[in-house]
Amino acid sequence: MYAYDQYDQQMVDARVAEFRDQARRRLEGKLTEDQFKPLRLMNGLYLQLHAYMLRVAIPYGTLNSRQMTALGDIADKYDRGYGHFTTRQNLQYNWIKLEDAADILADLAKVEMHAIQTSGNCIRNISSDHFAGAAKDELIDPRPYAELLRQWSSFHPEFTYLPRKFKIAVIAAEKDRAAMRLHDIGIQIVEKDGEIGARFYVGGGMGRTPMIAPMIRDFVPLDQLITYSEACLRVYNRYGRRDNKYKARIKILVHELGAEEYTRQVEEEFAHMLDQGVEPPREELERIKPFFADPAFEDGPKTLDRTDPDFALWVKHNTHQHKHDSYVSAVISLKPVGGIPGDATGEQIRIMAQLAKQYSVDELRIMHTQNVVLPHVKIADLYAIWTALGAADLGAPNMDSIEDMIACPGLDYCALANARSIPLAQRISERFDASGKTEKLGELKLKISGCINACGHHHAGHIGILGVDRKGVENYQLSLGGSEAEDVSLAKITGPGFTEDGVIEAVEKVTDLYLNRREGEERFLDTYRRIGMTPFKEALYD
Amino acid sequence: MTDFGTSPDEVQFRFRDDEPADHGTVTVDACCDQTNATAVRIEPGDDARTLLPFLDRLALVEVNFPSFGDGRGYSSARILREAGFTGELRAVGDLGIDQLSHMRRCGFDAFAPDKLLDEEDAARAFATWDNVYQSTTDDRKTIQELRHG
Ligand code: HEM
Ligand code: SF4
Repeated sequence: MYAYDQYDQQMVDARVAEFRDQARRRLEGKLTEDQFKPLRLMNGLYLQLHAYMLRVAIPYGTLNSRQMTALGDIADKYDRGYGHFTTRQNLQYNWIKLEDAADILADLAKVEMHAIQTSGNCIRNISSDHFAGAAKDELIDPRPYAELLRQWSSFHPEFTYLPRKFKIAVIAAEKDRAAMRLHDIGIQIVEKDGEIGARFYVGGGMGRTPMIAPMIRDFVPLDQLITYSEACLRVYNRYGRRDNKYKARIKILVHELGAEEYTRQVEEEFAHMLDQGVEPPREELERIKPFFADPAFEDGPKTLDRTDPDFALWVKHNTHQHKHDSYVSAVISLKPVGGIPGDATGEQIRIMAQLAKQYSVDELRIMHTQNVVLPHVKIADLYAIWTALGAADLGAPNMDSIEDMIACPGLDYCALANARSIPLAQRISERFDASGKTEKLGELKLKISGCINACGHHHAGHIGILGVDRKGVENYQLSLGGSEAEDVSLAKITGPGFTEDGVIEAVEKVTDLYLNRREGEERFLDTYRRIGMTPFKEALYD
Repeated sequence: MTDFGTSPDEVQFRFRDDEPADHGTVTVDACCDQTNATAVRIEPGDDARTLLPFLDRLALVEVNFPSFGDGRGYSSARILREAGFTGELRAVGDLGIDQLSHMRRCGFDAFAPDKLLDEEDAARAFATWDNVYQSTTDDRKTIQELRHG
């Protein structure tokens, strides 16, 4: 994986020093809270309901065991013993003191980590496929391109005060495991006539006005990748709306101009920029690539003893096909039955780090579904890994099942929430686990947001739940048919909302209907797409 | 509201050796109509490219930042420098310490903040980045260029 050189380290150190200076000026009263806010936000420091929250960047979701261990240690030293993995492959601490923030950033810098641009109206941490470099189905490892974009987007002088935050995802497989088209820019690395290049989708997003990004260029040559990105951003920086925070994302600009007109403006800017020497030298990509070269895979057993049914179940759900046939990628679920989705204790974080060191070439990945991956695991080692995970309460065999929910922090932590998300997620997983229905349902992506901002991706859920406020009472809207994957779609609302108990009943009803109506190997989503909303409405409201 | 930035003595930081322009600025519209204007002021909503035909006669372009969070002026500045503008490019308005290093990289070479900034803090801010990742018209060698000679 990528390792900093002196320059990368210098940049991060400079930022730590800068933040110390900003915090000092805030404490000396030279900065008002209004002036300080955007600065602390650019360092990932938010003020929440109860405390400060610090968001740590995990570039393209890849980290090593030393970094993971440091994250666990910080959880114990400065938080209440927990870290929370987020839907953008980052990690968040929910109980941080302002006085400690600069020290935490310094601890992070020691292991080549930081919280730069994890919030604020700038280009955020670049996300990617969590199986990058391991998946059998990928064209090429997308992370060298993500790293090139990371450097370009770090402290970009022109794009630090954009109309709104800006999120970029890079993938290189037909299967989309990064919700690529729900990003401000989604880049798919593709091959055309034997040449590798980038396909650009621009203007996707969730929030209160969800949009699927349209494709604006089917092939950008690799030696123009940064220049094209810069053109996309400049048009947005100049013409994105700034009069209304809710209409400031690039999706609104692309929507209001129309994809065609936005593309025309980008192409015009791009043509101009090609003469400006914006692109880094081509050798830089060549320098980055070896960091992501395959580790030395060893041939070994390709089959497993599945006599232990619990182990067999975990293998069935929580492993993914690797490009080397003696290996798999193993998913560590952070969704234990009745737990808080995405939470891990400091101790669990260190255990995962240890397992990565011992069994996965020292590498881990964070998934946008708030789980952790050991990307390169020998099939021969799976049983030992599973046993160790089970002992640490990390062995839930539920990837992509209804228990593998995404849920935002909701009313338990978030000042903007209408309703609680976490307790609802906990109740649903307990209930479906107890009844054994989880296993019957197969792949079913349930996503919960506590308000219209959609941090829990409810628009992209096969089943989505949205907390709304109805005359001061918590109320939940149900929606069906969303997907963040390559078959991307936005979920549709079923009708009037439900109470907390009511929405759990409603999930029972729609899943019962699916079990009755499914044909062959259909997933919930497939059945919904085939039979449409009407039968589900009837089941819910008649 | 005071009409800041229109006289040279309100400029707090200047990175040029020539004499500052000694007369006030006009709006972009007026500049296009008035063939003798040599100083102009860009508001966030103005298209900097409308000035491109007149760059030769302009000695000073002020870019107004009514609020520091509105970053359109950074693009305006780069567009002018990319087009070869060599006159004074002055940031005026709601400027803080923490914008200075980025503004400098985008081509600003004079700064007229609404409120005077602490000189020491500013000096530190201008020196924030020993090296940089992005190529702009400030001609600094980027980190990627340094890596590859
Ligand atoms: C608890 C404090 C939080 C607050 C106040 C908050 C606030 C917001 C707001 C206002 C938006 C809408 C922005 C927009 O559409 O322009 C948003 C979107 C989002 N947030 Fe959060 N959020 C919080 C926590 C989180 C957490 C913990 C996660 C990850 C698990 C998260 C992930 C997201 C994502 C993925 C989006 C959607 C981005 C998009 O529209 O493309 N947020 N958040
Ligand atoms: S969706 Fe709403 S309630 Fe949930 S974290 Fe985001 S802002 Fe808070």
